[in-house]
Amino acid sequence: MPKSKVSSIKIGGQAGQGVKTSGIYFSKIASRSGYNIYNYIEYPSLIKGGHNVIQTTFSVDDVFSQIKEVNFLIALDQNTIEVHKDELISGAGVLYENEGKIDASSVGDKCKLFPVPLHKIAQEVGGAEIVANTVAMGATVYLMGGNLQHLLDLIHEDFSKSKPELVTINQKAAQAGFDYAKTNFPDGFDKLLAQVANTTPKILLNGNESVGLGAIAAGLQFISMYPMSPVSNLLNFLAENQKKYGYIVKQVEDEISAINMSIGASYAGARSMTSTSGGGFCLMTEGYGLAGMTEVPLVIVEGMRGGPATGLPTWSEQGDLRFVLHASQGEFPRIVLAAGDAKEAFYLTMVAFNLSEKYQTPVVVLIDKNICDHDQTFQVFDYSAYQVNRGKLVLDKLDEYNRYALTSDGVSPRTVPGSGNYFITNSDEHDEEGFDSEEISHRNSQMSKRLSKLSTCAQVDMPKPLIFGPESADITIVSWGSTKGPILESLKNFNNVNYLHLNWISPFPVEQVKDILTKSKYLLDIECNSSAQLAGLIKEHTGIDILDRLLKNDGRPFYPEEISAKINSILNRQ
Amino acid sequence: MSTISELGTKVFPTWCPGCGNFGIWAAFKSAAASQGWDNTNTQITAGIGCHGHIVNFVKLNSFEGLHGRAIPVASGIKYANNKLNVFVFTGDGDCIGEGGNHFLHACRRNPNITVLLHNNNIYGLTTGQTSPTTSHGFKSKTTPFGNFDEPLSPVSLAISSGATFVARCYSNDIKKLTELMIAANNHPGMAIIDILQPCITYNNECTASFFKENIYDLPADYDPTNKVAAFQKSLEWGAKQIPVGLIYKENRPTAEQEFSENGDVSIVTNSLKTRDISELLAKLK
Repeated sequence: MPKSKVSSIKIGGQAGQGVKTSGIYFSKIASRSGYNIYNYIEYPSLIKGGHNVIQTTFSVDDVFSQIKEVNFLIALDQNTIEVHKDELISGAGVLYENEGKIDASSVGDKCKLFPVPLHKIAQEVGGAEIVANTVAMGATVYLMGGNLQHLLDLIHEDFSKSKPELVTINQKAAQAGFDYAKTNFPDGFDKLLAQVANTTPKILLNGNESVGLGAIAAGLQFISMYPMSPVSNLLNFLAENQKKYGYIVKQVEDEISAINMSIGASYAGARSMTSTSGGGFCLMTEGYGLAGMTEVPLVIVEGMRGGPATGLPTWSEQGDLRFVLHASQGEFPRIVLAAGDAKEAFYLTMVAFNLSEKYQTPVVVLIDKNICDHDQTFQVFDYSAYQVNRGKLVLDKLDEYNRYALTSDGVSPRTVPGSGNYFITNSDEHDEEGFDSEEISHRNSQMSKRLSKLSTCAQVDMPKPLIFGPESADITIVSWGSTKGPILESLKNFNNVNYLHLNWISPFPVEQVKDILTKSKYLLDIECNSSAQLAGLIKEHTGIDILDRLLKNDGRPFYPEEISAKINSILNRQ
Repeated sequence: MSTISELGTKVFPTWCPGCGNFGIWAAFKSAAASQGWDNTNTQITAGIGCHGHIVNFVKLNSFEGLHGRAIPVASGIKYANNKLNVFVFTGDGDCIGEGGNHFLHACRRNPNITVLLHNNNIYGLTTGQTSPTTSHGFKSKTTPFGNFDEPLSPVSLAISSGATFVARCYSNDIKKLTELMIAANNHPGMAIIDILQPCITYNNECTASFFKENIYDLPADYDPTNKVAAFQKSLEWGAKQIPVGLIYKENRPTAEQEFSENGDVSIVTNSLKTRDISELLAKLK
């Protein structure tokens, strides 16, 4: 099948210039015109100034990641030209402010230049400087042969409820930008936004939104959380929707309180979660073990960023895999799932709630900055098959009740305070009733009861790992998390390479992984960390050594071009 | 509804004979029996320290969590089910040391819970180190040359942080402590009782006789609603200068009222179902 054209547009400017809004507008226009989208966002850890950039990659086929090449650049400041001029392909378009503020001469002859007096037009329609980005968007729609009505609709949807006075100004700005481009550049640019016939509407969302949606759909009742990049927008999203859907969102004083409070709410019978990044999870680790020891269900969403310490607050890393697998002292069943994109994050969040209640233990869902922040288009999520499973929860008064009764699957009946049942929930080692006990027999029986939950979960709930590409291949790539995107994008270029994507980390699908990895001639591990944490885990579980590795830990995601180059270098060995 | 003897468990307290915890235990069981606190309506949480063992000795639903974290756990329970009477058993090290930040922020949020602070001015379970309330100059295992740090007053801290019911009592005055526990539970908001208790093994300064000699009852005309006067009162400490009784009280909406006007929150249900999010999904097109 011939590969469809993948294009990309980049919008750059200072924080506060509306870069992200413009990017979202562009991607929704493209989505509504029938294209698939992947948005890549770079921003520093500050509110005003600095360099912000959003890249929308789009195609009539699926797109999975950012690409290196840029077809069209919108420069809201001079810095954008300087930083991104080398990414422009021959024949690329550059739209920029022409009232002497920006000099685009350094991009050279290879590009088509579209100078537009953005601020002057913004002022003429009666808008503030911030409206300049809307003028740029209107001009871009004309240049790319797009449908202006999509942009006018988006402006209306955006402002009609919150700030109706801004609807007219922004719509005028969009129209004026469109008209200016039509008058001054009648031939336009490539018709990259031409409407595609027969499109079904898709959704465009990022991982923070999809985790929030998954939690709401799965029946979330309580979340306590402390804000931290890159998951702060999950807190914002859930807070905004809490009254409508009837769950409680509480921002608390620190991550220690966040996890202990959500444990309290869960213990009392509420479907509960918390979320943080690696640094916050450091503070949560004792609570993580508390949930394991007391057997209280809890979902923890950990959004990774570059570590250690404050690290790279607004950049990504896959550095916490080993951390969540071993965090907190001692041994208890840690269920760890790792989403590869926003869609997986939605479904795995829903699964995590059921697993946490079924096995009465904490379940970590690992995501990362790339998943949290990057929008992608998907078919509307279908969760009709999902059923809330609260496991062995009993709200009635029982004649005889032991909180930590020994069972064959490791899971004891759980009840709640107020039910009339007497029980102790104890972080000290305990007997079946929950009383403190340091007896050898109690220690051994309770430890093996708790730990057996993981093997029960592996047998009952763990699905087969996902394989993309042909069943047998010369190279099998192994990875997890958001590197899935650039790997799938790269795979479009090969018919003899497949990809094993692991999103169940603990329990681990040992036999299936062993089976898949022994079929291929070459194995390639790709991870955004420096120690190949997944490769180490695979060696630990299967004994298989993955010698070819593509690793990075500079906070930046992989580009499909880098992955393709690595694949070619391995294939060329033959 | 349980009698005092029915509130006992299979375990007899492991505290040292003469420990102030026995008075607190007796007062709590007495209050529970008289008020009908039982397993249909009451939950206790505890931190770590000698006080925390109480979960084994009272036949009421209990959650013994981590050192310093009993207040967040109790707050979560209360947010989820406001119908429960929720008690926090905590110590001076647990509440003011390890859990100090949670204490401050709970005071300003005002959850409708009762915090019973076993304050023996020493670390007992770790065998005799200074606590945040140990007096200046006190010689302990970790301060062989005398405690350099100034002690914190839990009462001052509670009042200045926004707690709405702040009392102090002596652990062995079981009658008065019982009454204060009942009043604290009836108060709609964060209630704290700073319970002065002797540690007969590791604190030779704050002994039973020290407390008996130096505490005094607040006079009948004392006005606990004057915040500045209450704060001044909270600073009193010394010979014949330790006030006990209800020191401060105000009425303010409880933390749970953020999520329900009358604070009547109970999200515990057996019929939890998948929610329809099609409206939110439609917004993303």
